[in-house]
Amino acid sequence: MIKVEKLKKSFGANEVLKDINASIKQQEVVVVIGPSGSGKSTFLRCLNLLESITGGHVFIEGIDITAKTTDINKIRAEVGMVFQQFNLFPHKTVLDNIMLSPIKVKKIDHGKAKEKALELLRKVGLEEKADAFPDSLSGGQKQRVAIARALAMEPKIMLFDEPTSALDPEMVGEVLEVMKQLAKEGMTMVVVTHEMGFAREVGDRVLFMDGGYIVEENVPHELFDNPQHERTKAFLSKVL
Amino acid sequence: MDFRFDLIMDYLPFFLRGTLYTIGISLLGILFGTILGLLIGLGKMMKNKILAFPFLLYISFFRGTPFIVQIFIIHFGVVPAIIGTTNGIAAGIIGLSLNAAAYIAEIFRAGIQSIDRGQMEAARSLGMNHVQAMRYIILPQAFKRMIPPLGNEFIVLLKESAITALVAVPEIMYWGRAFQGQYYRVWEPYLTAALIYFILTLTLSYLLSRLEKRLATE
Repeated sequence: MIKVEKLKKSFGANEVLKDINASIKQQEVVVVIGPSGSGKSTFLRCLNLLESITGGHVFIEGIDITAKTTDINKIRAEVGMVFQQFNLFPHKTVLDNIMLSPIKVKKIDHGKAKEKALELLRKVGLEEKADAFPDSLSGGQKQRVAIARALAMEPKIMLFDEPTSALDPEMVGEVLEVMKQLAKEGMTMVVVTHEMGFAREVGDRVLFMDGGYIVEENVPHELFDNPQHERTKAFLSKVL
Repeated sequence: MDFRFDLIMDYLPFFLRGTLYTIGISLLGILFGTILGLLIGLGKMMKNKILAFPFLLYISFFRGTPFIVQIFIIHFGVVPAIIGTTNGIAAGIIGLSLNAAAYIAEIFRAGIQSIDRGQMEAARSLGMNHVQAMRYIILPQAFKRMIPPLGNEFIVLLKESAITALVAVPEIMYWGRAFQGQYYRVWEPYLTAALIYFILTLTLSYLLSRLEKRLATE
């Protein structure tokens, strides 16, 4: 579903991603872990071209998204993204946040979009907040709305960029719960996170990144219980 | 000191007509200045530095030279070159618009750039193209933040419009000067002019603060 070949990304002289190769299958939940500055967020943001790519290729369902002929807006409509800072639109109600893109991008009619938005809000447990503005929500609620907003586009892939890192500890659970549910339903997910418990429980595969490379990858219990690489061991000894 | 209210009463019809001119050229200056300012602000934000350069130059010129110099160039040079004769009112409106546009362009740019990058990223990640993201997400938020500085600029423009008296626009200050010339009086014409400008700017800032409050509660 996603194939990454020799991906490189530099910011000026700073090479953040050096040579990334990965493939992610349909319905797979891949968790990306690693120390800060390892390039994991940049890697994720390259998958929907929020960062321009310096070298290499990213294929989404066989389409090379870096090719000049590719309509990136079309790809992005099928790849949902959830951000660390939520990035809800503060001037729009929760419902409008969710309905905007289906209406403007997918040209779905207002009534259907509303029906779908309410259904998604029910799913993340926030139906009663439909007419609230984002400012009045807690962090956990905001992130659940952000997930619903991404899902409203009916994406085939969901990218999560440290979705719980900006949350108060007691709100982490409610967001992870929604993500777990999503994984159970068979969504293809790439999750950058520091939540090792989530990685172990929900991940089908864990990638450990350091210094712009994927240093090690394995099924969670192997990677956590029996890490092969020195750097993986050093990292895990600090966070577990 | 005798203060001649009777002379003020004498000139009142002229001051009132002058006030209409002041309001008229100021409103037109605000209208064209805002439209032009938006375009110039967008132009300056273009990623291509070569394409953005003329806009940068425009802003630098109009912010870096005195308004009175600009309006003389427009009145005695630009307008005659285009229509063959001088026209104070045209020069006044053009001068105010072009001058305000430079400041409004910067207000506009600052407003847009003050919106968190994540807003654009979220919009684009949902499949919106750049224009849609600007229109539905960035501009509505930027506009709210632009209102206070825009309001300041409108008030500055209203006051600057007094300078158009020097190119014979029959606005408030024009009649003030005529009053002084006719009666050799100083306090009566200029205190009257000051009072009218003061009422105009107070009214404008009242209207702007109401608009600001209304948008803030939306």
